[in-house]
Amino acid sequence: MTVSATPSPHLDHANRALAILPGKGGITGRLSDSFWRNPKLLLILFLTPPVLWLGIIYLGSLFALLAQSFFSIDEFSGLVKYELTLKTYGELFRPANLDIIIRTASMAACVTLAAAIVAFPIGYFAARYARGKWKALFYIGVMLPLWSSYLVKVYAWKLILAKEGILTWIFAKLHLTWLLDAWLAIPVIGGYSLSVSYTGTFLVFLYVWLPFMVLPVQAALERVPASYIEASGDLGAKPSQTFRHILFPLALPGIVAGSIFTFSLTLGDYIIPQIIGSSRLFIGQAVYAQQGTAGNIPLAAAFTVVPIVIMGIYLWGAKRMGAFDAL
Amino acid sequence: MPPAVLLSKVSRHFGAVRAVDGVDLTIKEGEFFAMLGPSGSGKTTCLRLIAGFEQPTHGHIEIFGTPMDGVPPYRRNVNTVFQDYALFPHMNIIDNVAYGLMIRGIGKTDRLRAANNALEMVALPDYGTRRPSQLSGGQRQRVALARALVNKPKVLLLDEPLGALDLKLREQMQEELKVLQRKLGITFIFVTHDQGEALSMADRVAVFSDGKIMQIGTPQDIYQRPQTRFVADFVGSSNVLPPEFVKSLTGTAGWASLRPEAISLGTGETHIATVTGSSYLGGCTRVGLALGGLRLNALIPAGQPVPENGSAVGIGWKPEELHVMEDTQ
Amino acid sequence: MHSDGRTHAPLGLKIAAGAGLLFMHLPIALIFVYAFTTEDKSYQWPPPGFTIKWLAVTWNRPDVWQALVLSLKTASVSTLIAMVLGTFCAAAVSRSKFFGRETISLLVILPIALPGIITGIALRSAFSLADIPFSIWTIILGHATFCVVVVYNNAVARFRRTSGSLVEASMDLGANSFQTFRHVILPNISTALLAGGMLAFALSFDEVIVTTFTAGQQSTLPIWMLEELVRPRQRPVTNVVAMVVVLVTVFPILAAYYLTRDGDQVAGSGK
Repeated sequence: MTVSATPSPHLDHANRALAILPGKGGITGRLSDSFWRNPKLLLILFLTPPVLWLGIIYLGSLFALLAQSFFSIDEFSGLVKYELTLKTYGELFRPANLDIIIRTASMAACVTLAAAIVAFPIGYFAARYARGKWKALFYIGVMLPLWSSYLVKVYAWKLILAKEGILTWIFAKLHLTWLLDAWLAIPVIGGYSLSVSYTGTFLVFLYVWLPFMVLPVQAALERVPASYIEASGDLGAKPSQTFRHILFPLALPGIVAGSIFTFSLTLGDYIIPQIIGSSRLFIGQAVYAQQGTAGNIPLAAAFTVVPIVIMGIYLWGAKRMGAFDAL
Repeated sequence: MPPAVLLSKVSRHFGAVRAVDGVDLTIKEGEFFAMLGPSGSGKTTCLRLIAGFEQPTHGHIEIFGTPMDGVPPYRRNVNTVFQDYALFPHMNIIDNVAYGLMIRGIGKTDRLRAANNALEMVALPDYGTRRPSQLSGGQRQRVALARALVNKPKVLLLDEPLGALDLKLREQMQEELKVLQRKLGITFIFVTHDQGEALSMADRVAVFSDGKIMQIGTPQDIYQRPQTRFVADFVGSSNVLPPEFVKSLTGTAGWASLRPEAISLGTGETHIATVTGSSYLGGCTRVGLALGGLRLNALIPAGQPVPENGSAVGIGWKPEELHVMEDTQ
Repeated sequence: MHSDGRTHAPLGLKIAAGAGLLFMHLPIALIFVYAFTTEDKSYQWPPPGFTIKWLAVTWNRPDVWQALVLSLKTASVSTLIAMVLGTFCAAAVSRSKFFGRETISLLVILPIALPGIITGIALRSAFSLADIPFSIWTIILGHATFCVVVVYNNAVARFRRTSGSLVEASMDLGANSFQTFRHVILPNISTALLAGGMLAFALSFDEVIVTTFTAGQQSTLPIWMLEELVRPRQRPVTNVVAMVVVLVTVFPILAAYYLTRDGDQVAGSGK
C-alpha cells in the first residue's frame, strides 16, 4: 500500500494508527477484504451454485425434452428418428389428441372458475373480518390443506365418492338419492358412480387446488382499505353494486394470480383423473402414456408443450393485469 | 497534523449517474462539519465514501493523512450513526452498544462496563436489557450514537441523524449533539437537508448540488455571502436579483442575493413596490412584493404595521446587504 | 388499514366462509376415521366397527418401512441441498441489483410453476440420454430442484427486511464479512431458513408426480400410496399410512408457521 508523503516516518505511523484499525489476519480476513474490494466476487460466489444446478439439471433437461418434440417416431420400427420435423406437432391435431387437449383445458377452466367462487368468501372474510386469533386460525386453516399430502387428499376423495361411501350415505339420509341418481344419469358429466365421473374429477381438482386460490385472493383483499367499501356504501351503492364496482375489480389481480396455479396444476396433473374419473385421458395422462407404455417420447414432448404454451399465453395476459403484485 | 478527512477530486458514478462528481474537501480535526443539500445532491454518497461503504470511481480519500484506497469499512477508525439507526433487532440495547467492542475481542466485563458508560453518556442508563423495538425514535437515536461513540472513533459520521424526530426533540438533540461534540473533541461530519440545522450546529458547511460542492464556508459565509444562485435560494430562500437590475443599482452586472430580512419598508425608501400578499409567521410577517417585473420577499418583525394587499410601499436596503454572486449565467 | 368501527360480517358471508373452510378440512378428517375401521374390502360408510389392529399390521409391513425410510432420506438430503442453493440465491438477489436478476428469480420459480409432469418427464429423458441409472440420487436431484423455490421465497423475504443498513452498521463497527454473517445476518434469517427448510421437507416428503419419473423401481411413501390407489392390495394399511403421512407433514408446516408469524410475510403462502 502506498503511503502519502509526510515529513517523518514516525509521525506517519502514528497517523496510520489513528486512521486504520488493525485488521483480522488469516484467510477469512483476506477473503473479506477482497469481497469488499470487489463486490462482484461475492455475488458470483453466491450465484454460481444455484445457477449451475438449475441451469444444467433443470433447464438442460427441459430443453433436451423440447428438442425431442421436433423429432418423430418411425411407425414401423417404433424407434425415434433423429431428424427435425414438425410431424409430431401435426399429430397433436388428430381428433383424438385434440379431444384430450380440449377436455383438459375445459376442465382447467371450470376448476378455476369454481375455485374463484368458493375462495372469494373465505378470502374476504379472513381479510376483512377475522382478527387476532381468528385470523391466525383462518391462515392455518388454509395453509394446512395447502401443504398436506396431495395423495392423501386424493385418497380421501376416493373414500368420499365411492359408491358405498359417505356421500351416497348422506344423500340417502336426506332422502335425496333420486337427485344423485338424476345427476349421474346426465350424459358426459355423469356415470356409474361419482368416483368414475367427470363430476368426481372436477370435485377433487377443485378441492386439491382451492388453497392456491384462497391465499392470493386474500392477499389482494387485504390491500383493499375498509374505507373504500364504506365510501361506496356512503355514495349510495347497494352491497351488490359495491361488490361489482369496487371489490371485484380490486380482487381481480388476486383471482388471476390464483388462477395461474389452479389452471397450470390442472393442465399438468395426471394422477387425479387416473384415480377418480372416467377412462378418458387428460393431457397429463397422455404424456405419461406416450412416454411410458407407448415409448413415443417425441409425442410426449410435444404434448408437454401444450400446457407450456397455454400457460405462456395465460401468464402474459395475467402480467398485463398486474396479477404478479398479488402473489 | 494532517486533516481528519481529505477528499481530492473524488467521484462516484453509478452507471451514467454521477452521484458524486469531482469533490475536493478538507475537514480539520475536531471540526463539526455539515454536508447540506437537497436529496440526490450527493451528500449521503459522500458520507458513505468516507465510511467505506462505497468506493470512489475516481480520486482518493485520506483519513489523518492515510490513504483509504483498499481499506474496507471495518478497518477504518470511523463510525456512523445511520439515518434509520440500524440497531440490530435480535440483540438487546447493551449488546448493540457493545457490538464493536465484542468484535474487537474485548472481554465481556470490560465491554459491558464501557457500553454502560456510553449509555449513561446519552442519558439512557437503565435501558440495557430492552430491545430496540421497545424504544422510541429519540431513544433509538441515542442508542445509535452510543453504539458508535463507544468505539472511540476519530471521526463520527451522522447521516440525517435527526431526520426522523419531531420538531421539539430535534431542537433538543441539536443542542445535545453540539455539547457532546465539544466535550469529546471528535470530528463530526453530518449530512442534512435542513439548512436551519446545518447553520445552527456546524462550524463549517458544504452545500451540495448535483454531486458537486457549490460552496464551503462558515454558516455566516454561506448565509450572508452565497456564491451561487443555488446556495442563495437553498439556504434561507434569498431574493435573487438578475444582472440587469443589479447593474442599474451598482454599475456591475451579475446575479445578486438579498436576504428578505434586509429589506426595509417605509416611505423614505428609494423603490416603490406593490404589495402582492402577506403571511403571518409568528415571530415575523412575510410580505410579497412586486417591483417592476421582479418578485421579492421581505420579512418584517412582529409589531411593525403590515401594509395592505395591493398598496404601494417604499422599499430599500443598505448597499452592503446586496451581495453580488460569482454566478454569471 | 381497517377502521375500528367495523360492522360484523353478514350472515351469508360467515356461512360461505365457514362452509369453504369445512370443505377444505373434512376430507382430511375422514382419513382419521377410516384408519380405524373394521371393514377391509370396501370404503363402506358408516364404518361397521372400530379397531386398532391395522396399526399393528402396518407396523409389521417391511415394504411400508422401506418406503418411509427412503422418503425420509430423500426429503432430508433434498432439503439440505435446497437450503444451501435457495439461501445463496436469495442472498445474491436481495443484496444487489445486477443484470439478469429477474431471470434468476424466474429460473428458481419455474420448476414449481410449470406442471410437475413436465419437470418429471424432462428429467427422466435427460437421465436416459445421459445413461444415468435410477437411484436415490436421481430422486434427490428432482426434489432438490423444486424445493429450492420454497427456501428461496422464505429467505428472500427475510433478507429484504434484514439487508442494507444492518450489514453496513456491522461492518462500520469493525466486523468483516464473516463476522457480520455470523453475528448479524445468520441470527436474523435463521428462523426464515428453518421455516423454509421445514416446508421444503414437507414438499419433498409428499411429492409424487416428479418422483414417478425419477424413482425407477424403488418406492417412496407417496409412490407406495399411489400404487395402492391404482391397484389396492390391503386397503386398511393404506388408510393407516395416509393418516401417518398427514401427521408427519402437519408438524413441519405448523412449526414453519410459528417460526415466521411475526414477520410481514408468513411462510408457505406460496407453495
